[in-house]
Amino acid sequence: MGTAPIALQYGFFYFFAGLAILCAILMVCGRNVVHSAIFLIGSLLATAGIYLQLTAEFLFIVQVILYVGGIMVLFVFVIMLVNLDVASRQRQFNKQVWLAVLLTIVLGGELGLMTHVDGSIFNSVNAPQALPANTNEVATALFQTYMLPFEIASIMLLVAMVGAVLMAKRRGA
Amino acid sequence: MVNSLPTAQGLLPFFLAYIWLIPMFPLAGAFLMLLFGRVVRKAVVSAVCVGSVAISFFFACGAFLQLIARPADERVAQVILFEWVPAGVYHLQSGALGRFVADWGFLLDPLSAVMILVVTGVGLLIHIYSTGYMAHEGGYYRFFGYLNLFMFSMLMLVLANNLLLLFVGWEGVGTCSYLLIGFYFHRKSASDAGKKAFIVNRIGDAGFLLGIFLTSAVLGTIRFTEILPALTVSNLPVGAPVLTAIALLFFVGATGKSAQIPLYVWLPDAMEGPTPVSALIHAATMVTAGVYMVTRTNAIFQHAPFAMEVVAGVGAATALFAATIGVLQNDIKKVLAYSTVSQLGYMFLACGVGAFSAGIFHLMTHAFFKGLLFLGAGSVIHAMSGEQDMRKMGGLAKKIPITYWTMLIATLAIAGIFPFAGFLSKDLILGKVYEHGLLLWLVGYFTAGMTAFYMFRLIVLTFHGQSRVEHDVEHHIHESPKSMTIPLIILAGLSIFGGWVGWPEILRGSNHFVHFLAPMITSVQEARVPASEAAQAHLGEVELMLLSEGLVFLGILFAWFLYLKRVDLPEKIKAHTGGLYKLVYNKYYVDEIYDAMFVNRTKDLATSLGSFDNAVINGMGVDGAGWLTRYISTLSMWWDTWIVDGSVRLASRLIWLVSQVARMFQTGLVQSYMLVIVIGVVGFLSYYFWVLRHLHS
Amino acid sequence: MIPVTHYIFLSLALLTIGVIGVLTRRNVIVILMSIELILNAVNINLVAFSRMFGQVHGQVFAIFIITDAAAEAAVGLGIIIALFRNRETVLADEMDILKW
Repeated sequence: MGTAPIALQYGFFYFFAGLAILCAILMVCGRNVVHSAIFLIGSLLATAGIYLQLTAEFLFIVQVILYVGGIMVLFVFVIMLVNLDVASRQRQFNKQVWLAVLLTIVLGGELGLMTHVDGSIFNSVNAPQALPANTNEVATALFQTYMLPFEIASIMLLVAMVGAVLMAKRRGA
Repeated sequence: MVNSLPTAQGLLPFFLAYIWLIPMFPLAGAFLMLLFGRVVRKAVVSAVCVGSVAISFFFACGAFLQLIARPADERVAQVILFEWVPAGVYHLQSGALGRFVADWGFLLDPLSAVMILVVTGVGLLIHIYSTGYMAHEGGYYRFFGYLNLFMFSMLMLVLANNLLLLFVGWEGVGTCSYLLIGFYFHRKSASDAGKKAFIVNRIGDAGFLLGIFLTSAVLGTIRFTEILPALTVSNLPVGAPVLTAIALLFFVGATGKSAQIPLYVWLPDAMEGPTPVSALIHAATMVTAGVYMVTRTNAIFQHAPFAMEVVAGVGAATALFAATIGVLQNDIKKVLAYSTVSQLGYMFLACGVGAFSAGIFHLMTHAFFKGLLFLGAGSVIHAMSGEQDMRKMGGLAKKIPITYWTMLIATLAIAGIFPFAGFLSKDLILGKVYEHGLLLWLVGYFTAGMTAFYMFRLIVLTFHGQSRVEHDVEHHIHESPKSMTIPLIILAGLSIFGGWVGWPEILRGSNHFVHFLAPMITSVQEARVPASEAAQAHLGEVELMLLSEGLVFLGILFAWFLYLKRVDLPEKIKAHTGGLYKLVYNKYYVDEIYDAMFVNRTKDLATSLGSFDNAVINGMGVDGAGWLTRYISTLSMWWDTWIVDGSVRLASRLIWLVSQVARMFQTGLVQSYMLVIVIGVVGFLSYYFWVLRHLHS
Repeated sequence: MIPVTHYIFLSLALLTIGVIGVLTRRNVIVILMSIELILNAVNINLVAFSRMFGQVHGQVFAIFIITDAAAEAAVGLGIIIALFRNRETVLADEMDILKW
């Protein structure tokens, strides 16, 4: 996608961006949690598309398999375990909703302002047009430069696994 | 004046060196009675106590003999055991140096020699008598213990070499008098009498003490041997006010101790004590202490003629006054008591006109016959199973002959019949008084007549005439045991012959007594009162003697007439004189007047002070202090609660207030915490974007 | 390449929505999902910049973030199950035992 015409790139970008944002909003606002989960999946898939548009193929696959196929499936399992009928009848937004929205918009607004004002410094950077094979690059970096974090990450996953089992275990069982 | 000799005991003969032992024997007896008296038999008590006095008498005789072995102007022996009150040196007003030192010192000179012989001799006889009289009484050891203690105090009094030690003995005899008067303490009248004696004595003692203070302030010394030298050195004129003051203050003490007007009221009440006590203390020895003291300090008195006049006047007045009361009394011991007051008046009359030796002579003879009279009265009471009212006696002469004859001898002596002891001493006094002034002599003369009258009244009523004795008493009348009659006989002998040591020169005697005492008496030429011209011209000594004998016989005759011949007359006289009789019979209501004027006023003062004490000191002071403390504690509690605790609580409340606000942040809701995080981030971003960014660029 | 600020804005938008979700929704599962959304937004940013510089470090970082998100989601969901078992509720508002 690096060498595609710029209009196509914009088109894909706006499409996936819009999809992501739309799904995100719908996720946050949904009454039914399962719907929210589906919308999150949608948002994540849209993000994967963005990755693809950015010629990050390996990450695109990882996103789809791991994030959507793993994490979101886990979410859906848990949603099924928890009784949500009662929850869905309750008020969905808590008491601080207006203040929180206001503040977050202020936050976002500020960050946006900062980007807008100073974002021009990035224009001087020329992105290279052709890149080496993404997966090779990622593999090389991952197993050479970032070997230690990789191992630590695996230990962390082990710990998380044990933790999750421990947390969800029934007492005495 | 004779100086005191060196006191190192090696230089003095034995008895003179050990005169300090004379008071110590009875003291030992008293001490032993205190410790062991309760548990030993009566025989042991008698042996110890009478024995101690006997040993003292032996030592006194020995000291006397060794004293007269010396030439007349060296008859002074002073033994100082130790310095009791250390010397204090100070300046007198005259500029001379005064030295106040009171030592535990003993002085033997003719005056104290006479006194110790009288005290130990008559005391010994009375002790022996008491073993018989008190044989059936309870508290035997207590009686003898007190008696011995009295002997100790009296001997200290007469042997003291300075005023302070004399005062110690003075107080001691007063205390023993109180103890012995109130011997039958379960009788209220007896304990009241004891208190009365002590308190009235105290009033006199106050004066005496002031006199001692003044002496040391003016003369700078209180030792007897140093008073006359100090007087000479001080150059104070005869009749100086300060000397008159000293003499009068001493005399106040003497009126208290020796029962003169106005402090005589205790002596008649003192008859509540056992009769031997009345004999020893209130006839022979204690009451004579005042006379002794005045004679001892005669140097000061001779320098104060006004005081001498006062002494003579009071003595004469007392003699007459007491005699009038004695005429009408019915209790045998009361008559003798008033008689004692009257005779003491004679002694002071003698001292007041300068005849100190005569006063001491009368003191000695009075000890003999008055002691005998009291012991005889005790014998009568003993025979009468305790009856003391003469109206219930009579006709006892044949039944108790020894008592009768000895008492008769004593009465002859006191009345002043020649040649008994009383005649010689009384006439010596009257002779000296006549030289001084006519009025005083007249008073003494008539009092002598009255004395004869009431004493023979006593004899007639008790021993002669119809027996008015109650039936059940009559059966028990018996003569007293030998322990009582032998002292009576000895005293009777002394009453007859004892006065012969002072046989007057006018009757071809050498008057040893007066000469013996002469060195003790100061002679102050300026003070010698010129003999009243009227007296000098008129009567000589022999004429005076005859006059007094005449009056005495008249008195005896009158008594015989009223009470033996015409026994109905006394009642008729009483009926006719009515009010006057009542006045005299009730002792001129002096006790009642004193009660109203002083005693009850003092009680009122005590009551008001008591209520003051209760209301003010207890109420305001103690209760007030309590209230104040509680009030302060309330304030303190308020302070503690509100301010001290309050500041602590304030601090905690401030923190609580702050925490009430702060805890609102702890909602327990995770989302509110995250909101706070977002706020923080927004804040930081704003700060960065709006403030820092411009500063750095 | 598209100017990188576009991606920044996209990431910003997703972040905003995610934060709103975290702060606002009562259902803890939706809160967890919003957290995933935030992580996702960060990933987009990283990848965009990695593309801009032509280096792969950003992507590697993004992989690690995804790993981390997985672990965290697992543990978090385990906690939610335990919570649900004890409290019978999935509403964050009702879990306020640490209230003052």
